[in-house]
Amino acid sequence: MTRADVCAVAVAECFRGDGEILANPIGTIPMCGGRLARATFEPDLLMTDGEAALIANDEAFEWPGGKVYELWNPYRAMFDIVWSGKRHVMMGATQVDQYGNQNIAAIGDYAKPKTQLLGYRGAPGNTVNNTTSYWVPSHTPQVLCAKVDTVCGVGYDRAAALGAAAKYHEIRRVVTNLAVLDFETPDHRMRIRSVHPGVTPAEVQEATGFELVVPDDVPPTREPTDEELRLLHEVIDPKGLRLKEVPE
Amino acid sequence: MTPADVVGRLRSGMTIGIGGWGSRRKPMHLVRALLRSDVKDLTVVTFGGPDIGLLCAAGKVKRAVYAFVADDVAGPTNKHSPVLEPHFRKARQAGMIEDEPYDEGMVLLGLQAAAWRVPFLPTRVGLGSDLLRDNPRLKTVRSPYDDAEELVAMPALHLDAALVHLNRADAKGNAVYLGPDPYFDDLMLAAADRGYLSCERIVDTGDLLKETSIHALRINRSNVHGVVEAPGGAELTSCEPDYERDEALHGQYMASAKSDEAWQEFWSTWVEGK
Repeated sequence: MTRADVCAVAVAECFRGDGEILANPIGTIPMCGGRLARATFEPDLLMTDGEAALIANDEAFEWPGGKVYELWNPYRAMFDIVWSGKRHVMMGATQVDQYGNQNIAAIGDYAKPKTQLLGYRGAPGNTVNNTTSYWVPSHTPQVLCAKVDTVCGVGYDRAAALGAAAKYHEIRRVVTNLAVLDFETPDHRMRIRSVHPGVTPAEVQEATGFELVVPDDVPPTREPTDEELRLLHEVIDPKGLRLKEVPE
Repeated sequence: MTPADVVGRLRSGMTIGIGGWGSRRKPMHLVRALLRSDVKDLTVVTFGGPDIGLLCAAGKVKRAVYAFVADDVAGPTNKHSPVLEPHFRKARQAGMIEDEPYDEGMVLLGLQAAAWRVPFLPTRVGLGSDLLRDNPRLKTVRSPYDDAEELVAMPALHLDAALVHLNRADAKGNAVYLGPDPYFDDLMLAAADRGYLSCERIVDTGDLLKETSIHALRINRSNVHGVVEAPGGAELTSCEPDYERDEALHGQYMASAKSDEAWQEFWSTWVEGK
Protein backbone atom coordinates (compact mmCIF):
# COMPACT_ATOMS: atom_id res chain seq x y z
CA MET A 1 0.00 0.00 0.00
CA THR A 2 1.41 3.34 -1.06
CA ARG A 3 0.44 6.89 -0.12
CA ALA A 4 -0.86 7.23 -3.68
CA ASP A 5 -3.21 4.29 -3.05
CA VAL A 6 -4.47 5.89 0.17
CA CYS A 7 -5.08 9.13 -1.72
CA ALA A 8 -6.98 7.27 -4.46
CA VAL A 9 -9.26 5.70 -1.86
CA ALA A 10 -9.74 9.10 -0.20
CA VAL A 11 -10.78 10.50 -3.57
CA ALA A 12 -13.14 7.57 -4.14
CA GLU A 13 -14.80 8.30 -0.80
CA CYS A 14 -15.58 11.85 -1.99
CA PHE A 15 -17.99 10.36 -4.53
CA ARG A 16 -19.77 8.05 -2.10
CA GLY A 17 -23.51 8.60 -2.28
CA ASP A 18 -23.37 10.61 -5.51
CA GLY A 19 -25.40 8.10 -7.51
CA GLU A 20 -26.01 8.58 -11.23
CA ILE A 21 -24.07 11.77 -11.93
CA LEU A 22 -20.86 12.61 -13.76
CA ALA A 23 -17.87 12.05 -11.51
CA ASN A 24 -15.32 14.35 -13.11
CA PRO A 25 -12.03 14.13 -11.26
CA ILE A 26 -9.13 16.00 -12.89
CA GLY A 27 -5.60 14.73 -12.25
CA THR A 28 -4.00 11.31 -12.15
CA ILE A 29 -4.94 10.16 -8.65
CA PRO A 30 -8.40 11.76 -8.91
CA MET A 31 -9.01 9.75 -12.10
CA CYS A 32 -7.92 6.60 -10.26
CA GLY A 33 -10.14 7.41 -7.30
CA GLY A 34 -13.21 8.11 -9.42
CA ARG A 35 -12.74 4.85 -11.32
CA LEU A 36 -12.28 3.04 -8.00
CA ALA A 37 -15.54 4.43 -6.58
CA ARG A 38 -17.44 3.30 -9.66
CA ALA A 39 -15.83 -0.14 -9.70
CA THR A 40 -16.82 -0.73 -6.06
CA PHE A 41 -19.48 1.14 -4.08
CA GLU A 42 -20.81 3.75 -6.53
CA PRO A 43 -21.58 1.80 -9.73
CA ASP A 44 -23.95 4.33 -11.31
CA LEU A 45 -21.36 7.10 -11.70
CA LEU A 46 -20.64 8.40 -15.20
CA MET A 47 -17.03 9.12 -16.18
CA THR A 48 -15.16 10.70 -19.07
CA ASP A 49 -12.30 9.42 -21.20
CA GLY A 50 -10.64 12.82 -20.72
CA GLU A 51 -11.53 13.68 -24.30
CA ALA A 52 -14.95 13.91 -25.88
CA ALA A 53 -16.85 10.92 -24.46
CA LEU A 54 -18.20 9.24 -21.37
CA ILE A 55 -17.06 5.63 -21.17
CA ALA A 56 -17.91 2.61 -19.04
CA ASN A 57 -14.36 1.23 -18.74
CA ASP A 58 -12.75 0.66 -15.35
CA GLU A 59 -9.30 1.42 -16.80
CA ALA A 60 -8.40 5.04 -16.11
CA PHE A 61 -5.75 5.85 -18.71
CA GLU A 62 -5.41 3.23 -21.42
CA TRP A 63 -8.02 1.02 -22.99
CA PRO A 64 -6.28 -1.85 -24.75
CA GLY A 65 -9.60 -3.59 -25.36
CA GLY A 66 -11.18 -0.40 -26.70
CA LYS A 67 -13.40 2.17 -25.08
CA VAL A 68 -16.97 1.28 -24.15
CA TYR A 69 -18.82 4.46 -25.10
CA GLU A 70 -21.82 5.71 -23.15
CA LEU A 71 -22.18 9.29 -24.39
CA TRP A 72 -20.67 11.64 -26.94
CA ASN A 73 -19.58 14.56 -24.79
CA PRO A 74 -17.64 17.21 -26.70
CA TYR A 75 -16.50 20.27 -24.77
CA ARG A 76 -19.66 22.22 -25.39
CA ALA A 77 -21.82 19.38 -24.05
CA MET A 78 -19.96 19.45 -20.75
CA PHE A 79 -21.74 22.70 -19.92
CA ASP A 80 -25.09 20.93 -20.32
CA ILE A 81 -23.98 18.60 -17.54
CA VAL A 82 -22.34 21.28 -15.36
CA TRP A 83 -25.29 23.64 -15.52
CA SER A 84 -27.76 20.80 -14.89
CA GLY A 85 -25.92 20.10 -11.64
CA LYS A 86 -25.52 16.38 -12.38
CA ARG A 87 -21.78 16.50 -11.79
CA HIS A 88 -19.20 16.38 -9.04
CA VAL A 89 -15.92 17.84 -10.24
CA MET A 90 -12.59 17.48 -8.50
CA MET A 91 -10.35 20.32 -9.66
CA GLY A 92 -6.76 21.23 -8.94
CA ALA A 93 -5.86 24.43 -7.11
CA THR A 94 -2.80 26.62 -7.20
CA GLN A 95 -4.21 28.31 -4.11
CA VAL A 96 -7.15 27.36 -1.89
CA ASP A 97 -8.17 29.16 1.30
CA GLN A 98 -9.95 28.22 4.53
CA TYR A 99 -13.43 28.67 3.00
CA GLY A 100 -12.57 26.78 -0.17
CA ASN A 101 -12.01 29.73 -2.49
CA GLN A 102 -9.70 28.53 -5.27
CA ASN A 103 -7.29 30.24 -7.64
CA ILE A 104 -5.99 28.89 -10.95
CA ALA A 105 -5.87 32.19 -12.86
CA ALA A 106 -2.90 34.24 -11.75
CA ILE A 107 -0.55 34.81 -8.82
CA GLY A 108 -0.14 38.35 -7.53
CA ASP A 109 -2.07 41.40 -8.68
CA TYR A 110 -4.48 40.16 -11.34
CA ALA A 111 -4.08 43.28 -13.48
CA LYS A 112 -0.37 42.65 -13.94
CA PRO A 113 0.30 39.26 -12.42
CA LYS A 114 3.57 38.01 -11.05
CA THR A 115 2.71 34.66 -12.59
CA GLN A 116 0.01 34.14 -15.17
CA LEU A 117 -1.53 30.70 -14.77
CA LEU A 118 -4.27 28.97 -16.74
CA GLY A 119 -7.02 31.58 -16.45
CA TYR A 120 -10.42 31.25 -14.78
CA ARG A 121 -11.12 28.20 -16.95
CA GLY A 122 -14.34 26.57 -15.69
CA ALA A 123 -13.98 27.23 -11.97
CA PRO A 124 -16.59 29.99 -11.54
CA GLY A 125 -19.23 27.96 -13.36
CA ASN A 126 -18.38 24.68 -11.71
CA THR A 127 -18.57 25.96 -8.16
CA VAL A 128 -21.98 27.65 -8.42
CA ASN A 129 -23.56 24.83 -10.41
CA ASN A 130 -22.33 21.46 -9.22
CA THR A 131 -20.56 19.83 -6.31
CA THR A 132 -16.85 20.57 -6.25
CA SER A 133 -13.89 19.00 -4.46
CA TYR A 134 -10.20 19.84 -4.74
CA TRP A 135 -7.10 17.73 -5.20
CA VAL A 136 -3.77 19.03 -3.88
CA PRO A 137 -0.91 16.59 -4.58
CA SER A 138 1.57 18.73 -2.65
CA HIS A 139 0.14 20.15 0.59
CA THR A 140 2.07 23.35 1.42
CA PRO A 141 1.25 26.72 3.05
CA GLN A 142 1.62 28.30 -0.41
CA VAL A 143 -1.23 26.19 -1.78
CA LEU A 144 -3.43 26.04 1.32
CA CYS A 145 -3.06 29.74 2.00
CA ALA A 146 -4.80 32.40 4.09
CA LYS A 147 -6.03 34.39 1.10
CA VAL A 148 -6.13 33.49 -2.57
CA ASP A 149 -5.01 36.21 -4.98
CA THR A 150 -7.92 35.68 -7.36
CA VAL A 151 -11.16 33.87 -6.58
CA CYS A 152 -11.89 31.54 -9.49
CA GLY A 153 -13.70 28.77 -7.62
CA VAL A 154 -16.23 30.19 -5.15
CA GLY A 155 -15.79 29.30 -1.47
CA TYR A 156 -18.30 29.18 1.35
CA ASP A 157 -17.89 32.79 2.55
CA ARG A 158 -18.55 34.11 -0.96
CA ALA A 159 -21.43 31.67 -1.39
CA ALA A 160 -22.99 32.86 1.89
CA ALA A 161 -22.83 36.44 0.64
CA LEU A 162 -24.60 35.38 -2.55
CA GLY A 163 -27.52 33.86 -0.66
CA ALA A 164 -30.11 32.08 -2.80
CA ALA A 165 -28.01 32.53 -5.95
CA ALA A 166 -25.61 29.99 -4.47
CA LYS A 167 -28.27 27.35 -3.92
CA TYR A 168 -26.31 24.76 -5.88
CA HIS A 169 -22.96 25.48 -4.23
CA GLU A 170 -21.17 22.69 -2.37
CA ILE A 171 -17.45 22.30 -1.74
CA ARG A 172 -17.30 18.79 -0.39
CA ARG A 173 -13.68 17.87 0.30
CA VAL A 174 -10.07 18.77 -0.23
CA VAL A 175 -7.89 15.69 -0.63
CA THR A 176 -4.14 16.24 -0.32
CA ASN A 177 -1.06 14.07 -0.09
CA LEU A 178 -1.26 14.45 3.71
CA ALA A 179 -4.90 14.48 4.70
CA VAL A 180 -8.57 14.75 3.84
CA LEU A 181 -10.18 18.08 4.69
CA ASP A 182 -13.80 19.20 4.61
CA PHE A 183 -16.00 22.15 5.53
CA GLU A 184 -18.39 20.41 7.93
CA THR A 185 -18.11 23.12 10.59
CA PRO A 186 -20.70 25.71 11.72
CA ASP A 187 -19.08 28.51 9.70
CA HIS A 188 -17.76 26.24 6.92
CA ARG A 189 -14.13 26.77 7.84
CA MET A 190 -11.85 24.00 6.65
CA ARG A 191 -11.30 21.15 9.09
CA ILE A 192 -9.17 18.07 9.14
CA ARG A 193 -11.44 15.13 8.39
CA SER A 194 -8.73 12.48 8.51
CA VAL A 195 -4.96 12.20 8.29
CA HIS A 196 -3.25 9.69 6.03
CA PRO A 197 -1.51 6.82 7.85
CA GLY A 198 1.82 8.07 9.23
CA VAL A 199 0.80 11.75 9.25
CA THR A 200 -0.15 13.70 12.40
CA PRO A 201 -2.69 16.54 12.62
CA ALA A 202 0.17 18.80 13.77
CA GLU A 203 2.07 18.07 10.55
CA VAL A 204 -1.01 18.93 8.52
CA GLN A 205 -1.44 22.22 10.40
CA GLU A 206 2.27 22.96 9.91
CA ALA A 207 1.86 22.55 6.14
CA THR A 208 -1.18 24.85 6.05
CA GLY A 209 -1.14 28.66 5.77
CA PHE A 210 -4.20 29.24 7.97
CA GLU A 211 -5.63 27.80 11.15
CA LEU A 212 -7.48 24.55 10.51
CA VAL A 213 -10.35 23.28 12.60
CA VAL A 214 -8.88 20.22 14.31
CA PRO A 215 -11.34 17.89 16.06
CA ASP A 216 -10.25 16.26 19.32
CA ASP A 217 -10.14 12.90 17.65
CA VAL A 218 -8.84 12.96 14.09
CA PRO A 219 -9.24 9.52 12.55
CA PRO A 220 -6.77 8.06 10.08
CA THR A 221 -7.80 8.01 6.43
CA ARG A 222 -9.31 4.65 5.54
CA GLU A 223 -6.79 2.21 4.14
CA PRO A 224 -7.51 0.45 0.86
CA THR A 225 -9.10 -2.99 1.02
CA ASP A 226 -7.39 -5.91 -0.73
CA GLU A 227 -9.96 -5.69 -3.51
CA GLU A 228 -9.36 -1.95 -3.91
CA LEU A 229 -5.62 -2.51 -4.13
CA ARG A 230 -6.15 -5.21 -6.72
CA LEU A 231 -8.34 -2.93 -8.82
CA LEU A 232 -5.86 -0.05 -8.61
CA HIS A 233 -2.81 -2.16 -9.40
CA GLU A 234 -4.24 -4.54 -11.99
CA VAL A 235 -7.10 -2.75 -13.69
CA ILE A 236 -7.37 0.99 -13.09
CA ASP A 237 -3.72 2.06 -13.27
CA PRO A 238 -1.49 -0.96 -13.95
CA LYS A 239 1.42 1.25 -15.01
CA GLY A 240 1.42 3.05 -11.67
CA LEU A 241 1.06 6.56 -13.09
CA ARG A 242 -0.41 7.63 -9.75
CA LEU A 243 3.03 7.21 -8.16
CA LYS A 244 4.35 10.04 -10.33
CA GLU A 245 1.82 12.39 -8.76
CA VAL A 246 2.42 11.30 -5.16
CA PRO A 247 5.76 9.50 -4.90
CA GLU A 248 6.57 7.39 -1.88
CA MET B 1 -7.95 31.50 -51.48
CA THR B 2 -4.56 31.52 -49.82
CA PRO B 3 -3.87 32.34 -46.18
CA ALA B 4 -2.49 35.69 -47.37
CA ASP B 5 -5.76 36.38 -49.22
CA VAL B 6 -7.67 35.82 -45.98
CA VAL B 7 -5.42 38.13 -44.03
CA GLY B 8 -5.73 40.71 -46.81
CA ARG B 9 -9.37 41.02 -45.77
CA LEU B 10 -8.55 41.66 -42.12
CA ARG B 11 -7.83 45.09 -40.68
CA SER B 12 -6.00 46.39 -37.65
CA GLY B 13 -8.26 46.85 -34.64
CA MET B 14 -10.61 44.02 -35.56
CA THR B 15 -12.06 41.47 -33.13
CA ILE B 16 -11.03 38.04 -34.40
CA GLY B 17 -12.26 34.67 -33.16
CA ILE B 18 -9.89 31.74 -33.56
CA GLY B 19 -11.32 28.22 -33.60
CA GLY B 20 -9.94 25.00 -32.20
CA TRP B 21 -9.17 24.43 -28.54
CA GLY B 22 -5.88 24.74 -26.68
CA SER B 23 -3.42 22.76 -28.72
CA ARG B 24 -6.04 21.19 -30.97
CA ARG B 25 -7.09 21.94 -34.55
CA LYS B 26 -6.00 25.57 -34.54
CA PRO B 27 -5.94 27.39 -37.92
CA MET B 28 -2.20 27.91 -37.67
CA HIS B 29 -1.50 28.62 -41.32
CA LEU B 30 -4.01 31.47 -41.17
CA VAL B 31 -2.41 32.64 -37.91
CA ARG B 32 1.00 32.49 -39.55
CA ALA B 33 -0.20 34.66 -42.43
CA LEU B 34 -1.47 37.10 -39.82
CA LEU B 35 1.96 37.11 -38.17
CA ARG B 36 3.57 37.98 -41.51
CA SER B 37 1.14 40.85 -42.15
CA ASP B 38 1.04 44.40 -40.82
CA VAL B 39 -2.39 43.82 -39.22
CA LYS B 40 -2.21 44.63 -35.48
CA ASP B 41 -4.16 45.88 -32.43
CA LEU B 42 -6.34 42.80 -32.53
CA THR B 43 -8.89 41.72 -29.98
CA VAL B 44 -8.55 37.94 -29.98
CA VAL B 45 -11.35 35.63 -28.78
CA THR B 46 -10.04 32.11 -28.28
CA PHE B 47 -10.02 28.87 -26.36
CA GLY B 48 -6.37 29.67 -26.38
CA GLY B 49 -3.17 27.87 -27.24
CA PRO B 50 -0.20 28.71 -29.48
CA ASP B 51 -2.50 30.81 -31.70
CA ILE B 52 -2.77 33.64 -29.22
CA GLY B 53 0.70 32.87 -27.86
CA LEU B 54 2.29 33.61 -31.22
CA LEU B 55 0.14 36.66 -31.80
CA CYS B 56 1.18 38.01 -28.39
CA ALA B 57 4.84 37.36 -29.09
CA ALA B 58 4.54 39.23 -32.39
CA GLY B 59 2.89 42.21 -30.70
CA LYS B 60 -0.40 41.78 -32.60
CA VAL B 61 -2.71 41.51 -29.60
CA LYS B 62 -4.35 44.51 -28.03
CA ARG B 63 -6.85 42.56 -25.96
CA ALA B 64 -7.27 38.91 -25.00
CA VAL B 65 -10.80 37.54 -24.54
CA TYR B 66 -10.50 34.05 -23.10
CA ALA B 67 -11.21 31.59 -20.30
CA PHE B 68 -7.87 29.84 -20.45
CA VAL B 69 -4.70 29.81 -22.50
CA ALA B 70 -2.70 26.60 -22.39
CA ASP B 71 -0.71 24.56 -24.81
CA ASP B 72 -2.31 21.55 -23.28
CA VAL B 73 -4.92 20.76 -20.74
CA ALA B 74 -4.72 19.05 -17.39
CA GLY B 75 -5.60 15.41 -17.64
CA PRO B 76 -3.71 12.16 -17.27
CA THR B 77 -5.32 10.67 -20.35
CA ASN B 78 -3.74 13.27 -22.57
CA LYS B 79 -0.61 12.31 -24.38
CA HIS B 80 1.05 15.45 -23.11
CA SER B 81 1.44 16.94 -19.69
CA PRO B 82 -0.33 20.22 -19.08
CA VAL B 83 1.75 23.18 -20.12
CA LEU B 84 1.01 26.84 -19.64
CA GLU B 85 1.42 29.03 -22.70
CA PRO B 86 4.81 30.77 -22.44
CA HIS B 87 4.33 33.72 -24.78
CA PHE B 88 0.90 34.57 -23.42
CA ARG B 89 2.31 34.48 -19.88
CA LYS B 90 5.10 36.84 -20.83
CA ALA B 91 2.68 39.30 -22.39
CA ARG B 92 0.36 39.20 -19.39
CA GLN B 93 3.16 39.50 -16.84
CA ALA B 94 4.66 42.43 -18.71
CA GLY B 95 1.27 44.14 -18.80
CA MET B 96 1.43 44.30 -22.58
CA ILE B 97 -2.13 43.22 -23.33
CA GLU B 98 -5.58 44.12 -22.10
CA ASP B 99 -7.26 41.24 -20.34
CA GLU B 100 -10.92 40.26 -20.64
CA PRO B 101 -11.37 37.03 -18.68
CA TYR B 102 -14.38 34.70 -18.68
CA ASP B 103 -15.35 31.26 -17.53
CA GLU B 104 -15.17 28.89 -20.51
CA GLY B 105 -18.92 28.30 -20.51
CA MET B 106 -19.42 32.06 -20.66
CA VAL B 107 -17.43 32.20 -23.89
CA LEU B 108 -19.85 29.65 -25.32
CA LEU B 109 -22.79 31.83 -24.22
CA GLY B 110 -21.19 35.00 -25.59
CA LEU B 111 -20.64 33.45 -29.01
CA GLN B 112 -24.15 31.99 -28.95
CA ALA B 113 -25.62 35.39 -28.06
CA ALA B 114 -23.76 37.00 -30.95
CA ALA B 115 -24.89 34.23 -33.30
CA TRP B 116 -28.51 34.67 -32.17
CA ARG B 117 -28.23 38.48 -32.35
CA VAL B 118 -29.26 39.10 -28.74
CA PRO B 119 -27.24 41.43 -26.47
CA PHE B 120 -26.64 38.90 -23.70
CA LEU B 121 -27.57 35.52 -22.30
CA PRO B 122 -28.26 35.02 -18.58
CA THR B 123 -26.23 32.64 -16.47
CA ARG B 124 -25.37 31.90 -12.89
CA VAL B 125 -21.73 31.52 -13.91
CA GLY B 126 -19.43 34.19 -12.51
CA LEU B 127 -21.46 35.02 -9.41
CA GLY B 128 -19.30 35.02 -6.29
CA SER B 129 -16.03 34.83 -8.22
CA ASP B 130 -13.60 37.65 -8.98
CA LEU B 131 -14.67 37.64 -12.64
CA LEU B 132 -16.96 40.58 -11.92
CA ARG B 133 -13.95 42.40 -10.40
CA ASP B 134 -11.52 41.56 -13.18
CA ASN B 135 -13.89 41.96 -16.12
CA PRO B 136 -15.74 45.29 -15.84
CA ARG B 137 -17.65 44.46 -19.00
CA LEU B 138 -19.72 41.97 -16.99
CA LYS B 139 -22.99 43.20 -15.53
CA THR B 140 -25.81 41.43 -13.75
CA VAL B 141 -29.49 41.30 -14.63
CA ARG B 142 -32.51 40.50 -12.49
CA SER B 143 -34.99 37.89 -13.61
CA PRO B 144 -38.34 39.54 -14.46
CA TYR B 145 -40.14 36.43 -13.27
CA ASP B 146 -41.32 35.52 -9.78
CA ASP B 147 -37.94 34.15 -8.72
CA ALA B 148 -36.38 37.63 -9.20
CA GLU B 149 -32.99 35.93 -9.24
CA GLU B 150 -29.92 38.03 -10.01
CA LEU B 151 -27.87 36.54 -12.81
CA VAL B 152 -24.84 37.46 -14.85
CA ALA B 153 -25.71 38.95 -18.25
CA MET B 154 -23.04 37.41 -20.45
CA PRO B 155 -22.54 39.94 -23.27
CA ALA B 156 -22.59 38.86 -26.89
CA LEU B 157 -19.06 38.28 -28.19
CA HIS B 158 -19.51 39.65 -31.65
CA LEU B 159 -16.63 38.93 -34.01
CA ASP B 160 -15.52 40.92 -37.04
CA ALA B 161 -13.96 37.75 -38.41
CA ALA B 162 -13.52 34.11 -37.45
CA LEU B 163 -10.66 31.83 -38.47
CA VAL B 164 -11.12 28.05 -38.21
CA HIS B 165 -9.48 24.89 -39.49
CA LEU B 166 -11.47 21.79 -40.44
CA ASN B 167 -10.49 18.40 -41.82
CA ARG B 168 -12.50 18.47 -45.07
CA ALA B 169 -14.45 21.18 -46.85
CA ASP B 170 -15.90 21.84 -50.25
CA ALA B 171 -15.12 24.97 -52.22
CA LYS B 172 -18.31 26.66 -51.01
CA GLY B 173 -17.50 26.32 -47.29
CA ASN B 174 -19.47 23.26 -46.27
CA ALA B 175 -17.15 21.37 -43.94
CA VAL B 176 -16.76 18.40 -41.62
CA TYR B 177 -14.55 17.65 -38.66
CA LEU B 178 -13.23 14.08 -38.48
CA GLY B 179 -11.95 14.10 -34.89
CA PRO B 180 -14.10 13.55 -31.81
CA ASP B 181 -14.94 17.19 -31.10
CA PRO B 182 -16.22 20.10 -33.19
CA TYR B 183 -14.92 22.47 -30.50
CA PHE B 184 -16.67 25.83 -31.00
CA ASP B 185 -15.79 26.41 -34.64
CA ASP B 186 -19.35 26.55 -35.95
CA LEU B 187 -20.30 29.05 -33.24
CA MET B 188 -17.25 31.20 -33.96
CA LEU B 189 -18.31 31.38 -37.60
CA ALA B 190 -21.92 32.12 -36.66
CA ALA B 191 -20.81 34.92 -34.31
CA ALA B 192 -18.69 36.59 -37.00
CA ASP B 193 -19.43 39.04 -39.78
CA ARG B 194 -16.95 37.20 -41.96
CA GLY B 195 -15.84 33.59 -41.60
CA TYR B 196 -12.68 32.10 -43.07
CA LEU B 197 -12.06 28.39 -43.09
CA SER B 198 -8.91 26.48 -43.89
CA CYS B 199 -9.00 22.72 -44.33
CA GLU B 200 -6.71 19.77 -44.82
CA ARG B 201 -8.32 18.97 -48.16
CA ILE B 202 -10.99 20.46 -50.42
CA VAL B 203 -13.31 17.76 -51.74
CA ASP B 204 -16.42 17.68 -53.91
CA THR B 205 -19.60 18.38 -51.99
CA GLY B 206 -20.74 14.85 -52.73
CA ASP B 207 -17.65 13.45 -51.04
CA LEU B 208 -17.97 15.34 -47.73
CA LEU B 209 -19.49 12.33 -45.98
CA LYS B 210 -17.07 9.77 -47.43
CA GLU B 211 -15.09 9.61 -44.19
CA THR B 212 -17.80 10.43 -41.65
CA SER B 213 -21.55 10.69 -41.05
CA ILE B 214 -24.07 13.48 -41.44
CA HIS B 215 -23.62 14.41 -37.76
CA ALA B 216 -20.21 15.89 -38.52
CA LEU B 217 -21.60 18.30 -41.11
CA ARG B 218 -21.60 21.26 -38.71
CA ILE B 219 -20.40 24.19 -40.75
CA ASN B 220 -23.04 26.30 -42.48
CA ARG B 221 -21.54 27.70 -45.67
CA SER B 222 -23.58 30.88 -45.35
CA ASN B 223 -21.23 31.73 -42.47
CA VAL B 224 -18.10 31.08 -44.55
CA HIS B 225 -16.66 33.75 -46.82
CA GLY B 226 -13.45 32.14 -47.87
CA VAL B 227 -12.01 28.61 -48.06
CA VAL B 228 -8.31 27.82 -48.03
CA GLU B 229 -6.87 24.41 -48.79
CA ALA B 230 -4.04 24.12 -46.27
CA PRO B 231 -2.66 20.61 -45.79
CA GLY B 232 -0.96 20.57 -42.39
CA GLY B 233 -2.74 23.84 -41.70
CA ALA B 234 -3.09 23.12 -37.98
CA GLU B 235 0.61 22.36 -37.53
CA LEU B 236 1.98 23.05 -34.06
CA THR B 237 -1.38 21.69 -32.88
CA SER B 238 -3.17 18.40 -33.51
CA CYS B 239 -5.67 17.70 -36.28
CA GLU B 240 -7.10 14.30 -35.45
CA PRO B 241 -7.27 11.92 -37.21
CA ASP B 242 -5.12 13.45 -39.94
CA TYR B 243 -2.17 14.04 -37.64
CA GLU B 244 -1.11 14.45 -34.05
CA ARG B 245 0.78 17.41 -32.70
CA ASP B 246 4.38 17.53 -33.97
CA GLU B 247 6.16 17.28 -30.63
CA ALA B 248 9.58 18.27 -31.97
CA LEU B 249 8.19 21.41 -33.55
CA HIS B 250 6.11 22.14 -30.49
CA GLY B 251 9.21 21.80 -28.33
CA GLN B 252 10.94 24.41 -30.48
CA TYR B 253 7.92 26.63 -30.09
CA MET B 254 7.91 26.31 -26.30
CA ALA B 255 11.64 27.04 -26.18
CA SER B 256 11.17 30.13 -28.33
CA ALA B 257 9.90 32.05 -25.30
CA LYS B 258 13.18 31.59 -23.44
CA SER B 259 15.13 34.39 -25.08
CA ASP B 260 14.97 36.99 -27.82
CA GLU B 261 17.44 34.91 -29.82
CA ALA B 262 15.28 31.80 -29.53
CA TRP B 263 12.24 33.79 -30.64
CA GLN B 264 14.12 35.23 -33.63
CA GLU B 265 15.19 31.73 -34.55
CA PHE B 266 11.62 30.44 -34.39
CA TRP B 267 10.41 33.45 -36.34
CA SER B 268 12.91 32.99 -39.14
CA THR B 269 12.35 29.23 -39.42
CA TRP B 270 8.64 28.72 -38.78
CA VAL B 271 7.02 32.10 -39.35
CA GLU B 272 9.10 33.42 -42.25
CA GLY B 273 10.73 30.25 -43.46
CA LYS B 274 7.95 28.43 -45.27
